[in-house]
Parts: sequence; structure tokens; C-alpha cells
Amino acid sequence: MDAVEHSPNTPLEYQSETGRLNILGFWIFLGAEIALFSTLFATYFVLDGRTAGGPVPAELFEVKGVLIETFLLLTSSFTCGLAIHYMRRHSLKGLFLWIGITLALGLSFLGFEIYEFVHYIHEGAALTTSAYWSAFFVLTGTHGAHVAMGIAWIALILIQLKQRGLTPDTSRKVFISSLYWHFLDVVWIFIFTAVYLLGMVM
Amino acid sequence: MKWDEFFVTGDPLIYGADVSIALTLIGVIFVLTYFKKWKWLWTEWLTTVDHKKLGIMYVMAAVMMLFRGGVDALLMRAQLTVPDAGFLDSTHYNEIFTTHGTIMIIFMAMPFLIGLMNVVIPLQIGARDVAYPFLNAVSFWTFFMGAMLFNISFVIGGSPSAGWTSYVPLAGLELSPSVGQNYYLLGLQIAGIGTLLTGINFLVTILKMRAPGMKLMQMPIFTWSSLITSVIIVFAFPVLTVALALMTFDRLFGSHFFTLMDGGMPMLWANLFWIWGHPEVYIVILPAFGMFSEIISTFARKTLFGYKAMVYSMVVIAGLSFLVWVHHFFTMGAGGAVNSFFSITTMLIAVPTGVKIFNWLFTLYKGRIKFTTAMLWSLAFIPNFVIGGVTGVMLAMAAADYQYHNTYFLVAHFHYVLISGTVYACFAGLHFWYPKMFNHRLNEKLGKWTFWIFVAGFNLCFFPMYFLGLAGMPRRVYTYGAADGWMSLNVLATMGGVLMGIGFLILVYNIYFSFRYSPRETTGDPWDGRTLEWATAAPVPFYNFAHVPEVKGHDAYWIAKKEGRAKEKKPYKPIHMPSNSGVPVIMSTFFFISGFGMVFSWHWMSIAGLIGVLATMVIRSFDYDKGFYVSVEEIEKHEQTTE
Amino acid sequence: MANNEQTHSHFPWSHVIGFALSIILTLFALWVGFESGLSNTMIVVVVVGLALIQATIQLVMFMHMTESEDSKYQTGTILYALFIAIAVVVGTIWVMSFGMSHM
Repeated sequence: MDAVEHSPNTPLEYQSETGRLNILGFWIFLGAEIALFSTLFATYFVLDGRTAGGPVPAELFEVKGVLIETFLLLTSSFTCGLAIHYMRRHSLKGLFLWIGITLALGLSFLGFEIYEFVHYIHEGAALTTSAYWSAFFVLTGTHGAHVAMGIAWIALILIQLKQRGLTPDTSRKVFISSLYWHFLDVVWIFIFTAVYLLGMVM
Repeated sequence: MKWDEFFVTGDPLIYGADVSIALTLIGVIFVLTYFKKWKWLWTEWLTTVDHKKLGIMYVMAAVMMLFRGGVDALLMRAQLTVPDAGFLDSTHYNEIFTTHGTIMIIFMAMPFLIGLMNVVIPLQIGARDVAYPFLNAVSFWTFFMGAMLFNISFVIGGSPSAGWTSYVPLAGLELSPSVGQNYYLLGLQIAGIGTLLTGINFLVTILKMRAPGMKLMQMPIFTWSSLITSVIIVFAFPVLTVALALMTFDRLFGSHFFTLMDGGMPMLWANLFWIWGHPEVYIVILPAFGMFSEIISTFARKTLFGYKAMVYSMVVIAGLSFLVWVHHFFTMGAGGAVNSFFSITTMLIAVPTGVKIFNWLFTLYKGRIKFTTAMLWSLAFIPNFVIGGVTGVMLAMAAADYQYHNTYFLVAHFHYVLISGTVYACFAGLHFWYPKMFNHRLNEKLGKWTFWIFVAGFNLCFFPMYFLGLAGMPRRVYTYGAADGWMSLNVLATMGGVLMGIGFLILVYNIYFSFRYSPRETTGDPWDGRTLEWATAAPVPFYNFAHVPEVKGHDAYWIAKKEGRAKEKKPYKPIHMPSNSGVPVIMSTFFFISGFGMVFSWHWMSIAGLIGVLATMVIRSFDYDKGFYVSVEEIEKHEQTTE
Repeated sequence: MANNEQTHSHFPWSHVIGFALSIILTLFALWVGFESGLSNTMIVVVVVGLALIQATIQLVMFMHMTESEDSKYQTGTILYALFIAIAVVVGTIWVMSFGMSHM
């Protein structure tokens, strides 16, 4: 079944049977991730406002910090897309450059998020403070943990790229990890909107 | 922590269990060592990625869990037979109904069905394995380790006792301070990983790995039901993952999702639990429907009536199953509009199910019916399931539910759907596909004994419970008074339970008896089957099909037999197969270690376990093993021995 | 493959346009929230709508959801996931409001 039904123009990651199967499977996994984050959002909305006399979000959220985090992640999603663009033009150098930038942006995002969390905890809003803050920390923390996992995962794939160059296998892995990375940005768009923006406005 | 807090002490039943577990373990180790079988165990079973072997292990584990859950059930029946019985105290009773429910749903029904799916689906679609054989092994081992973690609770640390639904605040830290509830949370969490992966795996397998020519609307109906089940798994299990994680955070790290203090909402747990829980009901019933359809069609020797209606009704169920969850807690008081909405969706979902009942009846109509054991289970399913279904619609009416809720009426209802639906299907499917797993049939005579005794026992056990419920007996009570007047019906129910136990024992004996005395299969098609799994040789070679079959319509093998293409000879080509791997079982062992550490809040242990999990993932990522090719000579050798 | 010319053109136009749109939509959502003077309900509707548009941009322009032979399955998965997301989020909020108005 290999080596049939694709033109030379087909991107490398789709050329093997495994590549096609794994990419489809990963899309389905992302569907499951959507269900997972939906549940966390639903929990967050239900517990919204249940601050039990403790700090309320509008006191603590700041537009500047949130915007920095948002633009870091948005830009990293863009650079990750560029990395795939270069991969499809068989430019290993371009791929390394843009993936490197993506990881750097991801790490800075994580740094800002950890700083933000530490700040909130200093202000008396921790996981154990109230239902609202439990929901906040678990929702944003799950996203942050995904970002951290993504960075580690992509770093491992970079090592494999270094060892093996661009093959149907390595390009499949890069492509799938890029799907993951973009997806984390999709989730962040909703966190930005529903948690921070509406949390500040309402 | 002192040792007597670590091990469960003070109960003779538990000591008995301790001794029997220790003896069994010693026995297994002795046998494996004496017969020098360790290497065989490792290479043939622990590291296998073959869907058929994984399926067999799923089924064996499920039968073990059926035994454990069944013993729990009989203990409960023993306690409830007469008023004011002192056989079990209230705590012990609570633990037993909790483990009974959890084990039967999560560790018996699902793995039994998933095991049969594993054995059958790749064969039915003419594939050589699933899409991700490695992940399939991870699925099995995480399920197995999750199940073991849950099961050791009754000798180490104590069992959970807040019911299989684990409603808070009862399941919260204040009212359930022991580690039992942690076992529930982590055992289900670890097993849930495996289930989610199974869902993704079978979805891709069925969408992408079908033999050439097999269109979606030509797939065998069991394949269709597995496809829809996989869709539901993929979207329902993440909800459970989150719900379990949130309660774990509440109990271990002091968050306030479901607590009574600091803004938590206990009822949110019920909501999240049932968003998963109702689709879960369909996860365990749709594959059952698929199996009955195959079996009824085979032994009525007719094409399934209303194939398209069957498929569409399952598609509708897949959507609606996510829109009915509130009917599990109408009495929580979510308001008139909410209750009415979910009442209506619940009644709606009965419609596609009703459609299927008529399709089975019309398939039987004018069929030349063969009454094999598998067929008997399928025939008994129809009336029994209708009883369960109709009482379900009674429960769907929110206003009436205030009367039935939390009584034995409900207990009777869900046992009627789950046993006559899922358990009958497991037994029917086991008899039907047993030749594909073990290359011999189960003895039909013993099978029929099991059938009659179990079905009689089942109806004797659960039919009286409807009346107990109407007479006001609440569920989950560990005893009742003589003045309540519930004794006679309870005696009947216990007698029924004992009969079911006897039926199960005959089944286990049948497995042994057939292993020893049943003639080995020679053709691979013992029932004059219709679908592609019967086109494989006996025993099924590890690569399944020497030639990938060509499909020219629904009931592909039947058509091939009719056209005389069933035994065609063509030149062989090398076959690509995946390599075995020890990573899944090792990774899952680390999951177990991590989970065990979390149960006791030994964080050094849980972190060490998680590092182990991550390390095995890294090892897997750097592993570029691409499997191997089976040479033409080897295929020829296999095909000669199997014909 | 549907996107050959896109893949092999020299300048990644679709990515740049997607990125620009994301930034504009983010800033616009911010403006709607703080400066537009709309009612709270309208703000919720508009910013959630903007978020959905931005998510679609990511899925189609960055993640190439609609490319490859399996684009039907991929798109179907995401649409079904959207149905689940709405059922879970809206359903939960409604059920847990106990007849009281929320927010």
C-alpha cells in the first residue's frame, strides 16, 4: 500500500501509510482534547464568581501581562506554521530556525505564566483559596502543562531531525507536533477571551 | 503509617481473600517456573502487539473481573435475603456495592466488549492488524494496571465506599477520609487512558484499514457499532478524565471544586460524572447490539433486515447520547425547563433503539433459525431488553422519576438493560467467536445449560426488584426491617442470584472442558458465516489474511462463497507486520507505581512513577523499529499447516 | 492534494495573512470589551464569535485541516467536537444555574 497514490508534490509527511494514519489519529486526539478543555471551561463558568470572600479576578488580572502572553503564543503559532512551510520546501535550515524561534517564544510564554501565577499566589489567590481560583488554576494550568509538554516533545523531535534529517518519519513527527502547537494556541484564544477578557470586563 | 493501617485487617472474609490471593500468586509463579514458561509469557503475551492476543487477554481479564464483581453481588444478596441480617456490617456493604458497580462497568463490561472488538474488527474488515498495534498494547496494559490498582484496595488500604457514582460530599475528604476513594479515582484514571486510546485506534482502523472495495455502507454491522462506540469513547472519556482529576485535586491538594466550603459545588460532580456516564451506557450497549445483529443474521441465515436503519439509528444515538445526562439526577432540582428538556431527549433516544428491535424481529421472520448457544442468548436478549427499555422510558418521565428514583425499581431497570444487553452479548459473542480465539468451539450442551440456568436466574433475581422498588425499598441500604414486608421478594432475588452464579461456574467449566475435549477447527468457518472473519484459516495465522480479501458488497464472505471465490489460490506477497514491544507493559507498570504513590500521597513514589512513564515514552519516540516482513516461504508454510 | 500551489510558493502568504488577522481580531476583541460600550450580553456574544473566527483561522490556515485525503474525517472530527463542546459548556451552565440567571 506504500509508494502508491501520491504525486511527487505530496508533502513528505503524507507519503507513508504510517504518516497518513498517524496524522488522522492525531486529529481525532485533538477532538478528544477539545472535549477535555470544554469540560474545564464548563467547570470554570459554573464556578465563576464563587470567590468565597477572597480576591476576585478583576482585581488581579492586568491587560498588559495577558496581552504579552497572548502575543507570544500567537506569534509562536505563526512561526511554527513557517517552520512547516520550510519543511515542505525541504529546507532543514529554515525548519530549524523557525522551530527554534517557536520554542523560544513558548518558553517565554511559560515564564510569563509562571510569573503571573506566583504573583497571584502572593496576592492571596491560590488553588486552595476558593472554588473560582481552583477552576482558574486548573484550567490555565492544564494549558500551561500542555505547553510545557509540547516544548519537551518538540525538543526531542529536533534531536531526531539532527540525527536523521528530513525523512517521511521525522517530517511526520514535526507535522504532528505542529498540529499540537497550533491547537494550544486555539485553546489559548478561548482562555484569553473567556477567562481574562470577560473576567476583566464583567 | 502502621502496618495495620496499610493492610486491611479484622475481617475474616478479607483474611480469606488475602490467603487465596497469596496462594494463587505462588501457584502461578511455581507453574511458570516449573514448566520454564517465563520467556514464553514475555515473548508471546506480555510484549505482544497482535490484536487477537490482546483481545484474548482482555476477555480473560474481564472474566476474572466478572468473577470478582459476581462474588460482590452474591455477598450483597446474602446480606439482603432476610431482614436484619448480620452477615455484613454497613461499611462493608457500602464497600461491596461500590466495587461491584465500578468493576462490572469499567473493568468487566468494557474490557469484555473491547476484547471481542479487538479479536473481531480487524478480521471483519479484512485487515492484518489495527492502525496502531503498539498503542493497542498500551491500551490493554493501562486498563489492566488500572484494574489491578482498583482491586488491591480491598487488601491494602481499604475499598472505596461512596458508590460507583462517587457523589460528593460523601466521596469528599471529610466523609471518606480513607484512601479507598483515591483508589477509585486513580484506578479509573489509568484505565481511562487505555480506553481513550482504544477509541482513537479503532476509529482510525475502521476508517482507514478496510479491505479494498469495502465501502462504509458495506461494513459488517458489528464494525459499524464499534465505529460509533469509538466516536463516543473519544468524546466522552476526556470528560471523565477531567472529573476524576478535579476530585483528585480536591482530595489530595485542597482545591474546592466539589467541596461544601469556599464556593465549591458538590452537584457539579454529578453533572460532570453523568456527562460521561450516559454516553458510557451507550459505549457498553452499542457493541452488544452489533454482536446480536451479526449472530441473529448468521443463524437466521438471512441478510440483516434494515441495515441502513440500523446504521442511522446508531448515528442518531451517538449524537443524542450526549444530550440526556440530566435524567440521572432529575431529583437534584435543576428546574422545570431543564428536567423537561432532558426528559424529552431521553424519550427520543428510545426511538432509534426501538427501530433496532423491530429490525431484529424482521431479520428472524421467515428465517431458517439454528438454535445455537450464541443464538439463544441473542433471542433471550430481545424480550428481556424490551422490559429494561420500557421501564427506562418510565424513568425518563421526570415527574414520575421522583417516585422511582433511588429505589430498587431503578436497580431492576439498569440490570435489565446491562445484563440482558451487555452481559448476554458478551456470552453470545464469546460462544460465537470462540473458534477465532482458541481454534475450537465451546461445548454446545454445556453452553445451553449455562444459558437456561443464567437466564432463569437473571429474571428470578431482577424481576422481583421492580416490585421491591414500587413497594418502596431504597437502593444501597444494607438491611431492612421485618415490618417492611420485603423479605419474600428478596428471597426470590437471592435464589435467582445463586442460579446466575451456578450458570457462570458452568461457563468456566465449559472453557476448561472445551479446551480439553472439543475437536479442533479445520475450516475456519464453523457457523457458515457471512462476514470476513470467517474467511480466515483455522487457527488464524498471526498475519490474519494471506491475501487481502476483495469485497464486493455487504456480507462479503457470503458473496465470495456464493461466487466460489472463497478458496481461490493466488501467488503470495511478503506481508509487513509490526514488531513486539516490551514498552507498553513497562510503561503501564510505571503508571501503576505512580498511581499507588498518589493513593497514599507518597509523592516521591508518584513522581518517580511519572518519570518512569515519561522515560518509556522517550524511549518509544527514539525507537525507529519499522516491523518486519513475513516472507513468501513462511506464508506458504503457514498456509499448508492451516488447511 | 488541494494545496499544492500554496505549499510550493516561495512566500508563505496564507500564514502571514492568518497571523495578521489573529492580531487584528485579538485587538478588536479587546476594544469590544473595554471601549465599545455594548451591553454585557452583546460583549459576550461578540467576543466569543471573534474567538471562534480566530480558531477557524488557526485550523484552516495554520493547521491545514482541509488538506489531505482525510480532510473530510478531520473536519468532521472537529465539527463533532464543537457540538460536544457546546453541549458540555452550554448544557452545564444551564443545568447548574438551577433556574437562576447566571453571570
